[in-house]
Amino acid sequence: MAEVTIREARKRYPGATDDTIKGIDCDVADGEFLVILGPSGCGKSTLLRMVAGLERISEGEVLIGGRVVNELEPKDRDIAMVFQNYALYPHMSVFDNMAYGLKIRGLPRTEIRERVEAAAALLELSPYLARRPRQLSGGQRQRVAMGRAIVREPSVFLFDEPLSNLDAKLRTQMRVEIKRLQQRLGITSLYVTHDQVEAMTLGDRLMVMNAGVADQIGTPLEVYHRPATLFVAGFIGSPAMNFVAGRVASGGGAVELAGGHRLPAAIGGSAAGRPVTAGIRPETLVLADNEPGAVEAIVDLVEALGADTLVHCRVAAAGPDATLVARLPGSVHARQGETLRLAVPDTQVHLFDPETTRAIV
Amino acid sequence: MHKRVTFDNRWLPYLLVAPQIAVTVVFFLWPAGQALQQSVYRVTNVFTGAARFVWFDNFEHLFNDSLYWDSVQVTFVFSAAVTVLSMAAALFLAVMADRVVKGASLYKTLLVWPYAVAPAVAGVLWLFLFQPAVGIISYELAQMGQPFNFRVDGTQAMLLVILAAAWKQVSYNFLFFLAGLQAIPKSLIEAAAIDGAGPAKRFWTIVFPLLSPTTFFLLVVNIVYAFFDTFSIIHAVTAGGPAGATNMLVYKVYNDGFIGLDLGGSAAQSVVLMAIVVTLTVVQFRFIERRVHY
Ligand SMILES: Nc1ncnc2c1ncn2[C@@H]1O[C@H](COP(=O)(O)OP(=O)(O)O)[C@@H](O)[C@H]1O
Ligand SMILES: [Mg+2]
Repeated sequence: MAEVTIREARKRYPGATDDTIKGIDCDVADGEFLVILGPSGCGKSTLLRMVAGLERISEGEVLIGGRVVNELEPKDRDIAMVFQNYALYPHMSVFDNMAYGLKIRGLPRTEIRERVEAAAALLELSPYLARRPRQLSGGQRQRVAMGRAIVREPSVFLFDEPLSNLDAKLRTQMRVEIKRLQQRLGITSLYVTHDQVEAMTLGDRLMVMNAGVADQIGTPLEVYHRPATLFVAGFIGSPAMNFVAGRVASGGGAVELAGGHRLPAAIGGSAAGRPVTAGIRPETLVLADNEPGAVEAIVDLVEALGADTLVHCRVAAAGPDATLVARLPGSVHARQGETLRLAVPDTQVHLFDPETTRAIV
Repeated sequence: MHKRVTFDNRWLPYLLVAPQIAVTVVFFLWPAGQALQQSVYRVTNVFTGAARFVWFDNFEHLFNDSLYWDSVQVTFVFSAAVTVLSMAAALFLAVMADRVVKGASLYKTLLVWPYAVAPAVAGVLWLFLFQPAVGIISYELAQMGQPFNFRVDGTQAMLLVILAAAWKQVSYNFLFFLAGLQAIPKSLIEAAAIDGAGPAKRFWTIVFPLLSPTTFFLLVVNIVYAFFDTFSIIHAVTAGGPAGATNMLVYKVYNDGFIGLDLGGSAAQSVVLMAIVVTLTVVQFRFIERRVHY
């Protein structure tokens, strides 16, 4: 059991001209499940591997259980890692794969057997202990990789996109199992993924990474409801948040959009005239008849998903090329070319500074 | 997808493979047939070349000849030493090369050079180094109180040809081991490191077992090399001497046949060698069919 602290961590690969990790601070509490979320190439794996001891930490510190581990070998950090490609030892049976770390630690044979069998039972792998990895399905291999981490009883679990090689159905199933397992074992976990559904459902908290920077660290709902930057706002949520440019209206309470429309927003008058980017989640847009603040939208494209209907519209009043996506109930039957009136509650309008990209609160 | 070239002309394909077939027939099938035939004849008149059919007399002679068994022993010692030495050195160098970050390609190029040297030239190179009178290494050894004269001392002669033959083969083994090492996913090594294995433990429990297909392949190749391809090294350095201390089976075939003019005995020896090659080849093919055995 241990907390993980990352302090001002930086990483520059040899020969690179720029830092891959640009100063990240994060505290992960004991037993917490932190998901590191970000697009491919933003440095998630690098950060995780710095915690694991597989990459040198260029600057800053990583602490596990209060101890600085910068100079410790991976084996001395009391961690276990699940790799994206599982990294199972192909020449060993499932049993030996799971027992490998325990044998090296010199545990008695009977205890090794007990631990491996217990983990195998937990992961429903008992019938396969004698098999080689290549004789297993993708999902089973994934479980073996999990099992190898579990039997070690480490203080920290590290996961690097462990589900990304599975098909969609299996991924959903394993996601639930990982969550259940982690809650049951209560082991501090860092989990890297680029899949926001995985992130939202698994994490106690999320770290949203953008090009080597942690843009926001917070609970899934915080990140969803109060995105700290334009990047986070656009990355979390599907379909992505709509952005329109405008200025704070004189007297406050609304944003004057480029197309002339006054979009009601929770902002005071002191900022009048300030340029802002307004963000509106597709799911917060509703059909409105004659409400003040509603806007006319011409339907461009309709995607009927059954439960919901995604409507892509052109909104002249918001700006010359402004388009909005609205997630409307499945019962709405919009046709291309039709004009709808859309509205959004002012509390649901997110405002960002277009210069700094940070949220205005 | 299997790519297949089709020819309109019926005879063109045969024409195209004809040179290869001709080479095989002239330099392999025909001499092999001759050897088979000669192994059951004895030359009765050296001047006319007249020969008599003697059934398996030549083989009987051979297997009752203590000199032949000496040569068998010498060959086995030599082959085992060359194989182990060249493979161990190559594996060591490959593991090192796999870690090198700076100047990796220079390092690899230098290591491959010995392979480009003709065996006879390699032999002469080592001969110069160890030449009893003027060789630089034998001079140094003599200075250190260890006189070195492979023309007199059989053990030293054996050591020298082993060294020369192994050195020549290191490059080949190195390339295969390096390719084998690079085919092992890095994440396996990392997983083992996280599991608590130090570098030596990782090597013996993960890397070495995963290299086993390469190792087995090289084992066969190296034995074949040591048995058959080292003729020119022996010929250039020791000529089988002193007193048969380095008289390998291949060299003995040549020596008995062309120097001693015992054509029948020499042919019987080559038939035995042929049987060994065939066995090794079969072993190798069997293995290649089931390449991945983990
Ligand atoms: N060993 C390495 N040497 C140099 N650059 C690397 C290395 N590993 C990753 N990078 C670079 O660092 C960046 C982040 O990579 P990575 O951490 O793997 O991203 P992610 O896991 O988020 O997809 C990428 O631009 C990648 O090219
Ligand atoms: Mg990655």
